Amino acid sequence: MNDLLEGFLGTSVEGKKSRVPAKLDYIQSATGLFLGLFMWGHMFFVSTILISKDFMNTITKMFEGSMFLSEPQPWIVSAIVLFVFAVFIVHAMLGMRKLPNTYRQYQAYKTHMGMMKHDDTTMWFTQAFTGFAMFFLGSAHLLMMTVKADEIGPYGSSERMYADVMWPFYLLLLLAVEFHGGIGLYRLCVKWGWFEGENVKESRKKLKKVKWAVTTFFLALGLLTLAAYVKIGYEYSNGHVDKFKPTAQVEVRIDQKVRA
Amino acid sequence: MSRTITIRAMKYNPQSKLSKAHFAEYKVEETDGMTLFIALTKIRETLDADLSFDFVCRAGICGSCGMMVNGTPKLACRTLTKDYKDGVIQLMPMPAFKLIKDLSVDTGNWMNDMSKRVESWIHTNHKPDISKLETPMEPKLADETFELDRCIECGICVAACGTKLMRPNFIGAVGLNRVARFAMDPHDERTDEDFYELVGDDDGVFGCMSLVACEDNCPKHLPLQTKIAYMRRKLVALRK
Repeated sequence: MNDLLEGFLGTSVEGKKSRVPAKLDYIQSATGLFLGLFMWGHMFFVSTILISKDFMNTITKMFEGSMFLSEPQPWIVSAIVLFVFAVFIVHAMLGMRKLPNTYRQYQAYKTHMGMMKHDDTTMWFTQAFTGFAMFFLGSAHLLMMTVKADEIGPYGSSERMYADVMWPFYLLLLLAVEFHGGIGLYRLCVKWGWFEGENVKESRKKLKKVKWAVTTFFLALGLLTLAAYVKIGYEYSNGHVDKFKPTAQVEVRIDQKVRA
Repeated sequence: MSRTITIRAMKYNPQSKLSKAHFAEYKVEETDGMTLFIALTKIRETLDADLSFDFVCRAGICGSCGMMVNGTPKLACRTLTKDYKDGVIQLMPMPAFKLIKDLSVDTGNWMNDMSKRVESWIHTNHKPDISKLETPMEPKLADETFELDRCIECGICVAACGTKLMRPNFIGAVGLNRVARFAMDPHDERTDEDFYELVGDDDGVFGCMSLVACEDNCPKHLPLQTKIAYMRRKLVALRK
């Protein structure tokens, strides 16, 4: 009954404001931080292909539980992806509150941004635009990874890029993720007053420099990684190399039995 | 060497059904140390007596002459024309405020409403005895608190804020700065719960998208974003 009255009045029956906006603001930041840091880790993992196919395969199998299980289980990856997907949906839902939702709002912001040419104001628009793009790009990727977790690997991932012609999709996703995530992590620091230091203006300038350095680094790493998967996919498809098989490994078990 | 500068000012009278928004262009001989306020006064005296703009102090104290100068909100009295190398300066009224005419907007009523909305005065249960000295406070805290009182209510932080332009009911940095000022002041007996009731929603501190244009354009160089972050941390930390 109290919910009904609060919904109707906009304040609790005691006349107090809801604590939900505070929680939503906090959760939006927390999910954004998680996803931003996750994407850094994710990029390092997928870029292992630049070192070797074997290394990329080892990392993939590690996420499938190879460290604990005798037979790696791709469903573990599906479960991790589902968890990330859930966080992604929560973050998208909360981020949506900030987007312009009428033409007038869009028009006012666009005009203001064009007139003022203020860096952070322009960056927000980029963040909002890439965030909107990721509603679709991010969801499609996460769904694919949930249902086809078993195909992640040097061969499956490369074939997805080249034979399935998914590289343009991943190029757009890479740009969207790196710009959205980079700006988002920078804005989180500003929003909560992290790393303010003694001279806030100087700290913010430095923070922005770090933000662009990180974005450039991950974009370069992402582009190289994408190119590597496309190249491998091309070679497989055209029969230049055999399909990937892990190089023979020697595994020493605790019981001292040696398995080749 | 003096040069001729071009001032392009938006002209529009929303009160008149005949008025149509347009830009009027004026050529003015630049003089040493010329501010936009001086240039506009010259225009009004010699070229266009009908041009409306606000001013009082001419010294960056009263906060009356805020306007959009080449797209950025600035005080006309503190903006030197020589800083515009190509000699072309476009002037528009500040957005987010009610347009009175041409470059003149109503910041006064807006600020008054904002002050009432955030209850911008000391709240205490004691009846102050003005014949006695106030309870002393730590000098460092006093400096930090009264620093925020240097706000001149010019409205530049509001006009610079993309959030405010999209969401007209947003309180703006000036309002959040005011709340922070009283939240820091030990003379004010309000609790964080009380401040939450004032700005704890999406029209208040949680609506701020941290675009930092408020702080980057503040003519008094107030730590606006820092204080918004301070209020956000305080109010998010509240449990019940």
